[in-house]
Amino acid sequence: MSDLLAARSQMAISLAFHIIFAVVGIGMPVLMVIAERRWQKTGDGIYLELAKRWSKGTAILFAVGAVSGTVLSFELVLLWPRFMEFAGGIIGMPFSLEGFAFFTEAIFLGIYLYGRDRISPRAHLWSGVAVAVSGTASGIFVVTANAWMNSPAGFELIGGRVTNVDPIAAMLNPAAFQQTLHMTLAAFAATGFAVAGIHAFLLLRDPLNAFHRRALSVALLVGAPAALLQPVSGDISARQVASRQPVKLAAMEAHFETMPGAPLTVGGWPDVDAGTVRYAIKIPYGLSLLAFHDPKAVVKGLKDFPREDWPNVPIVHIAFQVMVALGTYLVLVSIWAGWTALRGRDLAANRRLLQALVLGAPMGFIAIEAGWTVTEVGRQPWVIHGVLRTADAVTPMPGLIVPFLLFTLLYCFLGVIVVWLLYRQIIRSPTPAAWSRIYTPGGVPGV
Amino acid sequence: MSELGLPHIMAALLALSLNAYVLFGGADFGGGVWDLLASGSRRNRQREVIAHALGPIWEANHVWLIFAIVLAFTCFPPVAARLGTLLHVPLTLMLIGIVLRGSAFTFRTYDSQQDATQRRWGRIFSSASVITPVLLGVSIGAVASGRVGGETSGGFVSQYVQPWLTPFAFSVGFLALALFAFLAAVFLTLETHDHDLCEDFRRRALGSGIAVFLASALVLLLSRWQAPLVMAGLTTSPWALPLHLATGATAVAVLAALWFRRFRLARIGAGLQVSLIFWGWALAQYPLLIPPGFAIEGSAAPHPTLRALLIATAGGGIVLVPSLWYLFHIFKTVPADPGAQQP
Repeated sequence: MSDLLAARSQMAISLAFHIIFAVVGIGMPVLMVIAERRWQKTGDGIYLELAKRWSKGTAILFAVGAVSGTVLSFELVLLWPRFMEFAGGIIGMPFSLEGFAFFTEAIFLGIYLYGRDRISPRAHLWSGVAVAVSGTASGIFVVTANAWMNSPAGFELIGGRVTNVDPIAAMLNPAAFQQTLHMTLAAFAATGFAVAGIHAFLLLRDPLNAFHRRALSVALLVGAPAALLQPVSGDISARQVASRQPVKLAAMEAHFETMPGAPLTVGGWPDVDAGTVRYAIKIPYGLSLLAFHDPKAVVKGLKDFPREDWPNVPIVHIAFQVMVALGTYLVLVSIWAGWTALRGRDLAANRRLLQALVLGAPMGFIAIEAGWTVTEVGRQPWVIHGVLRTADAVTPMPGLIVPFLLFTLLYCFLGVIVVWLLYRQIIRSPTPAAWSRIYTPGGVPGV
Repeated sequence: MSELGLPHIMAALLALSLNAYVLFGGADFGGGVWDLLASGSRRNRQREVIAHALGPIWEANHVWLIFAIVLAFTCFPPVAARLGTLLHVPLTLMLIGIVLRGSAFTFRTYDSQQDATQRRWGRIFSSASVITPVLLGVSIGAVASGRVGGETSGGFVSQYVQPWLTPFAFSVGFLALALFAFLAAVFLTLETHDHDLCEDFRRRALGSGIAVFLASALVLLLSRWQAPLVMAGLTTSPWALPLHLATGATAVAVLAALWFRRFRLARIGAGLQVSLIFWGWALAQYPLLIPPGFAIEGSAAPHPTLRALLIATAGGGIVLVPSLWYLFHIFKTVPADPGAQQP
């Protein structure tokens, strides 16, 4: 394994690991706040129990997210010192704002998790809101930095030297809006459906359980609208990629020949050397329509670009198919659940819907991983699109396979522990003792 | 403000956030040290006090480090690149320590309360709390020694190991460990109503205060040979004598406050003492960020970036300072009796 590949793999592992916890840190506070608000409005103690149970899970996941995020911020300079030397002064602004947002999130999460008995219910709820808002802001800022790598702005390169730096223009780069919208919706959809899937699983075994019924309703309230809006945001993103990173779009679609009225290639296995896609379904004019909203539009093919500027086409193409397929599944389930609820039917009594939700539990997260694969692998061989190649950004230190293996082992270990802990300590029906506590007449909710 | 002053202001902010990390994050690591060294008949209760002191605040305290690295790579990109390149090994090990410390602490809180499980997570949490500060100190020591900021050449060992594998760097590592343990012990005296536990931490504070003194002496002694620039700053510059006098006076005052059980006074004094030691290092290097080759002026990012960042920092501070005050007001004005509350 070359040092470059080792560094890229370490970065990939670190991002893939961290993104799960980061997404939970964005989505879960919203669920907790909704549950807590419902408790305060209705006095229904089950919602309080729900907020507390979700808090415990969030505490574990947030801690792992915080430390793995620290790793990432250091890895920027440990693995890509030449990238940061070039880009730090241009794109540091959103990183710094992310630092503030994350700081606020950590402060209020501490207050939310440990302060229930020390502050008023109102202050407690608002600290939850502060966690949700700052968590979302922190995600938006960091994705802004990534968007800059896809569509660099806010500087000029004159004779190889960076001049005329405008950090605000860099932050508000052309890809920032699309990418942050897509990622924020993804975070809510993935978290909502993961939680809904878990509680749907428990409802299949225990259909009358009031705890899981309420959990399901809150989770779907967050997950389903986000999933439904995601195709719109995906369309905005795709058009952005089509105009600014045509080679990435061509790789996503495994589109080799430049042509007007380009078809959409669904599925299949790209044969890069032959310049074809095997076993694919072609939808006439589909790609031109999607990318430019015009069936006759010319879509540039990979062959229009020098071969050394191509990303890995099979990986990008298949990751994109996976993302779209899973996202579509979640849209369909959202429509189904929404339709069921609108007709006033009982969601929890519909076993087929519950099964579909269980199946969908991991899909949002897999779609997020696939989507990041599309955007990151699809940007290769550049670390800053069109400006700096990844190979020129890597640290000169040899032996990078060692830290790569170390972090891989560490994250595998942590991943197993977290899943096991959530399963053993958090994800289960309330015990009879907890039920009687919730229902004891005169028992003060929250004690 | 003059444009020329901007890089220096940002360097001061960078130093301030590292200072805050040393004070707050450092005390959390120190808590882990006392978890490892918990002893006597009250050892489990000592551990409970430590866990309750850390629980609500460690993640927020930890962000100071993220702040420092972000400020470093935004305001002084070549400095961050150099540190990341030549100190790859100790920084990577430090990160692994940070990951293990934080996750093991959280796992211990939420895993089964059986003794064996708790001990297993406790061991990882506490040993990572010992190793991580040493590696942080080693990295700072390597910077101070001037072996990171010069021309480098040669193979893996001479470029990526020798800059930090020095007696001086490790003496700074042990100083960091002693400082963090000392801070934690002083702070912990105020985290319990229990007289016996308070006395336990008072004894530990006095003991680690002496360890701080010994480690500082060792650092100074070794700096003669291995960090001449810092040594020169610490001995010959005009501020050197007043700083040493202030540090020494604070140290004596803290020990006296501990002796007479004036714990609130000791808490303020210990924070001041550790900050003075930190600023002694920072000023001794000034205006170099990494001696000898990386100065504040020469390695600063373009001024528009620094200016935008300064404004962002001011704006962020308006949110951050009251939030932090609220956090500490809730959890640190009245000690939480262990067992009285569960998250």
